[in-house]
Amino acid sequence: MHSAIAPIARLGAAVSRLVLELGRVARFGAVACVALLRPPYRLRRLSHELFDTGVLSLPIVCASGLTVGLVLGLQLYWVLVRFGSESSLGSVVGLTLIRELGPVMTGLLVTGRAGSAMAAEIGVMRATEQLDGMRTLAMDPLHYVVGPKLLAMLLAMPLLASLFILFSIFGAWLVGVQLLGLDHGVYLAGLEQSISFRTDILGSLIKDVVFAAIIALVATYRGFTSGQSAAGVGRATTGTVVTASVCILLADYIVTALWGF
Amino acid sequence: MQSTALRDFIVGLFVLVGLASLGYLSLNLGGAAATGGGLELVATFREIGGLTARAPVAISGVRVGRVQRIELDSNLDARVVMDVDASLELPVDTSAAIRTAGLLGDQFIALEPGAEDDLLGPCEVVAPEAAPGTPCNQIDMVENALNIESLVGRLVHGVADGGEE
Repeated sequence: MHSAIAPIARLGAAVSRLVLELGRVARFGAVACVALLRPPYRLRRLSHELFDTGVLSLPIVCASGLTVGLVLGLQLYWVLVRFGSESSLGSVVGLTLIRELGPVMTGLLVTGRAGSAMAAEIGVMRATEQLDGMRTLAMDPLHYVVGPKLLAMLLAMPLLASLFILFSIFGAWLVGVQLLGLDHGVYLAGLEQSISFRTDILGSLIKDVVFAAIIALVATYRGFTSGQSAAGVGRATTGTVVTASVCILLADYIVTALWGF
Repeated sequence: MQSTALRDFIVGLFVLVGLASLGYLSLNLGGAAATGGGLELVATFREIGGLTARAPVAISGVRVGRVQRIELDSNLDARVVMDVDASLELPVDTSAAIRTAGLLGDQFIALEPGAEDDLLGPCEVVAPEAAPGTPCNQIDMVENALNIESLVGRLVHGVADGGEE
């Protein structure tokens, strides 16, 4: 009797745990957003966080962008050549990068580079009781720690993603034009003709902002709720990367469907 | 303090470079600023084939503008609105044809300037007294897109007819 009910009970417990966790994340996000709007605005802290999330992510984002562009140019060129339409390399590369690869790849890279660091930093603050220390000094850790991180991520993601896209377009140009002998003007004309501001670039920016919110929220929440031990910090970091990556890919589908690309 | 200033400077540099690339993407590639300002021409086609918005408009193969939008008019014909370089002096008997670039290529509009002295232009310039909505920038002579199926159909039909006689 007991053993028959047990799996169902476990399932129910898992579901209610998930709902509870979702509610906590939502409340955490709402409180952090409210904290963000409340003065004093910590510009010095914002600059610090922009350095951590934006500038330190630059090398990996630019390098990945370039290699993705190189591979994309090479692969697509040989596929398009079969149909005699290698002249549309520019438009294919531009559309794939701006609509999909740019935001998603940048989101995943920033999750790995900056999101994990964010979770680890807050996790260590939790483990060493710095967050409690702040509260005793009447400082709200949500306001001092989480707010600037959230804002910095929201600002840095669109910039990083557009750099990623530019580097990829350059990479594909290197392969297509310099290596395989496509005409420079044909490549650029394909790009300019197929990309439109409203559907492609605005949609890309919306994805950037949505992914940034996901990364920042998951990372800060995981850090805040990490166990007070070295193992807890490790779990928070890993959990951030896994959860944020899956959420980004899910959100990508939803934004694409809603925006009507 | 020294290191803080340096860090702020680097952050500022990052924001600047990011904004510059964003600006390049939206202005240069996206063409957010490129629309409008040119001369708006209208041509009505019975068949536009695969012509899409943002397709090039060319004279003698030189690109002079873009298709702005395509809509159905009251006769259920395709009304194509083009945005071309305003400095062009196009006669009123200019004709428009839908052509294909390359074998599989995209379709574009080829303009063929006519011989009249009067020029196509915005309504305010050409006919200041005209009622709003009067098509003073309308191109009358058009050549529709080629439709392979109807061409082949006509050919087959013609051959069959010829065989019976």
